[in-house]
Amino acid sequence: MNQSSKTNCSSPQAAIAARMASGNSAGAGLSWRWIVLLLILAVGLTFVAKGYHLFQATMVLAYAIALLGLNILTGYNGQISLGHGAFFALGAYAAAILMEHAGAPYWATIPAAGVFCLIIGYLFGRPTLKLEGLYLALATFALGVAMPQLLKYKHLEAWTGGVQGIVLAKPDAPFGLPLTQDQWLYLFALLVTLVMFVIAHNLLQSGSGRAMRAIRDHAMAAEAMGVDNRHYKSMSFGVSAAYTGVGGALSAIAVQFVSPDSFTLFLSISLLVGIVVGGVGTLWGAFFGALFIMFVPSLAEKVSKAAPWAVYGVVLIAIMFAMPGGVMGLLRKISERRSRRPD
Amino acid sequence: MNEFLHQLVAGLATGGIYASVALALVMIYQATHHINFAQGEMAMFSTFVAWALIEAGLPYWGAFALTVVISFVLAMVIEFAVIRPMHNAPELSVVVVFIGLLVIFHSLAGWLFGYTIKQFPSPFPSNAWYGSELMSAHQVGAIVVALVMVALLFSFFAFTPVGLALRAAAQNAPSSRLVGINVGRMLMLGWGLAGAIGAVAGMMVAPVVFLDPNMMTGVLIYAFAGALIGGIDNPAGAVLGGFIVGVLENLIGTYVVGTELKLSVALVLIVGVLIVRPSGLLGRKIVTRV
Amino acid sequence: MSHLLEARALHARYGNTRVLHGIDLDIHDGKVTTLLGANGAGKTTTLRALCRLMVQTRGSVTFAGSKIDALSTEQIVRLGVGHVPDGRGTFMGLTTEENLRLGAYSRDSRAGVDSDMKRIYGYFPRLAERTRQQAGTLSGGEQQMLAIGRALMGRPRLLLLDEPSFGLAPLVVKDIFNIMRRINQEEGVSILLVEQNARLALDLADTAYLLETGRVVLSGSAADMRNNDAVRRAYLGE
Repeated sequence: MNQSSKTNCSSPQAAIAARMASGNSAGAGLSWRWIVLLLILAVGLTFVAKGYHLFQATMVLAYAIALLGLNILTGYNGQISLGHGAFFALGAYAAAILMEHAGAPYWATIPAAGVFCLIIGYLFGRPTLKLEGLYLALATFALGVAMPQLLKYKHLEAWTGGVQGIVLAKPDAPFGLPLTQDQWLYLFALLVTLVMFVIAHNLLQSGSGRAMRAIRDHAMAAEAMGVDNRHYKSMSFGVSAAYTGVGGALSAIAVQFVSPDSFTLFLSISLLVGIVVGGVGTLWGAFFGALFIMFVPSLAEKVSKAAPWAVYGVVLIAIMFAMPGGVMGLLRKISERRSRRPD
Repeated sequence: MNEFLHQLVAGLATGGIYASVALALVMIYQATHHINFAQGEMAMFSTFVAWALIEAGLPYWGAFALTVVISFVLAMVIEFAVIRPMHNAPELSVVVVFIGLLVIFHSLAGWLFGYTIKQFPSPFPSNAWYGSELMSAHQVGAIVVALVMVALLFSFFAFTPVGLALRAAAQNAPSSRLVGINVGRMLMLGWGLAGAIGAVAGMMVAPVVFLDPNMMTGVLIYAFAGALIGGIDNPAGAVLGGFIVGVLENLIGTYVVGTELKLSVALVLIVGVLIVRPSGLLGRKIVTRV
Repeated sequence: MSHLLEARALHARYGNTRVLHGIDLDIHDGKVTTLLGANGAGKTTTLRALCRLMVQTRGSVTFAGSKIDALSTEQIVRLGVGHVPDGRGTFMGLTTEENLRLGAYSRDSRAGVDSDMKRIYGYFPRLAERTRQQAGTLSGGEQQMLAIGRALMGRPRLLLLDEPSFGLAPLVVKDIFNIMRRINQEEGVSILLVEQNARLALDLADTAYLLETGRVVLSGSAADMRNNDAVRRAYLGE
């Protein structure tokens, strides 16, 4: 008992993330019944919601996958990224360029974007291995800032469409199914989201996942125990980039348009805000985070036309005060308190 | 050659600005081990306050002094009311709070003072003796101000008991309390000083780039890079880093890629330096024994 | 013999975990008192409770005649209590000399700081060889000496020491305990020593308390403790 209260211990962030991610499945012990129920509700939404709302739901799913990607890197492996918008952009542009210049079908661009971003992410992760904390933040920040500028670059215009960007066609439902484009796209996104989450869950529960978390909690100890830090840290970057790239590709297809100004530094910051609000180091947090970054900015504008971002900032701070562990952190606290109360 | 010199000097002048903001960042980092991402917006807000005071009729130096005091107090209040309650929260949650502060200050400035670009006076008259073809009086003045601030801060940290206490409180709060340091007061002091430094930096930038809510957003990025490249735990390093970044940015922008890509290239170069020297050029490598 | 420090019905908890369940302590001026007990008995918590550091407390504590149970750690330290925490509490990023200088922070006047530093270097010559070295690179024994030196720089009347022998080689421990004896005898600094090494502690101490799960189960002179059968079996291995 004396040892646990020594003054040098792992960071509070790692401690909370560790508690949240430790050995249990997708979050606050959600049983299979609940997941199936949620899925049924989600599918049901297709037939209840209007076209624009379905589009918004699709975007939420795209952001959720992207946030899952960032969470894999930051929450589960402890490497911060202030520039993940770059991978979102890369995924989106990969999808757009494949569809526009190679005539690829939309569904093929999703895995292609994932693989492409996996490679780029790994290549970025490798040289930046020595950087930690602030320094890694700056490096990723540089990436986030550089990407829109690169996308506007004159000499790449033939591919990227420069400032104009690329316009994409919305896919129709396959096999002549009686669904509108919005409905089909939403269901497609739901399928992709399900697959990505299952993969993530399995990855994080596996030996690799434990290795990643070991590095996050105490890199020196992990190394001493035989974990190849360099490999796992770079792989984490790669996988994380892949996920965010898939989210980006999905969003590109939904929006039917990519342009450099859609992927500014603000997107990277929003992604970071998203995982913190949702809950760092959790899978389900991605959904809450996605809902936040999708809807709160426009809600803030409804509250105050003159200074909407001031409202956004106040909401952000208030949420951090009320739930520093994000939504998932709060839910976990509530369920812990419930289980402690004598029945 | 003349052109090159011109660009070099212009880089030093902007570098002075980055150095000043980097100094404020290092200040808060030394006091709290946090990077204040809202530093740029707070500095911008302070500059607007100065502008308002001047518009209300105060002479320049009166407005300057009053703004510095107001910024000092405002920063202390923010530490106490917004940052301190988060002291047990995870690191990333605190970062999000900083982001919140950033957008609040930005938005408030726009709302209170408007988005139209405004002129801001320089205290260094354009025909002063120290101005020349190469460097305007204001550029000289801004650099001198940055250097004076760093000298003061350096001495403060290195030679005064309070400076040492500030560094100690940031590193190890419980041990600091055991030597009689009031950690809360140290945190507020650190923030207050950073707020004051930021205000000075803003008032040095505004005459050059004109005053509007977007004035400092780019500056913060360069200042952050400068602080890291110089070594985040070293005020002199921050200033050196700021100057280096300023020169780098200008030279790259002029000779290599033009304004669109200069930010990216500059940052890539900086990251390259950090990979080679992870603690920055003048930073002290903190070795940890397991 | 006056009591330098008196604690009555001292309770302490970390959040919802209660650790101390009402202990009474009397520390005699100029003497060495030791707190013994197994891991988890609450010894470190007791020292922290006296300084109100990191724990929430209840009960009364009087130091040199004034009540300190409502004061902050910083205020208690300024009254003349020095605390060498468990884990040493070294300022890793600062130099040896800066660590020592910080020890003098609570003093009202700057007079004598330099001569005190010389005296500390006299006790711990190894530190004198490393004044500008980053404290985080010092060995465990050196960091322990530094921690004691830092506390001494505050010219305390009462020195609280938390497991100074922890993780140190026997020779180094012997050194440190000799210094503690000197400090007590030559400078009259009272010592409250928390130690798992009961043999060493009872050798140095005048009075002893035995803690078990947050309660005092035995107290008396160190000599009596040494001869107590239960203590000998459980803590001295005899």
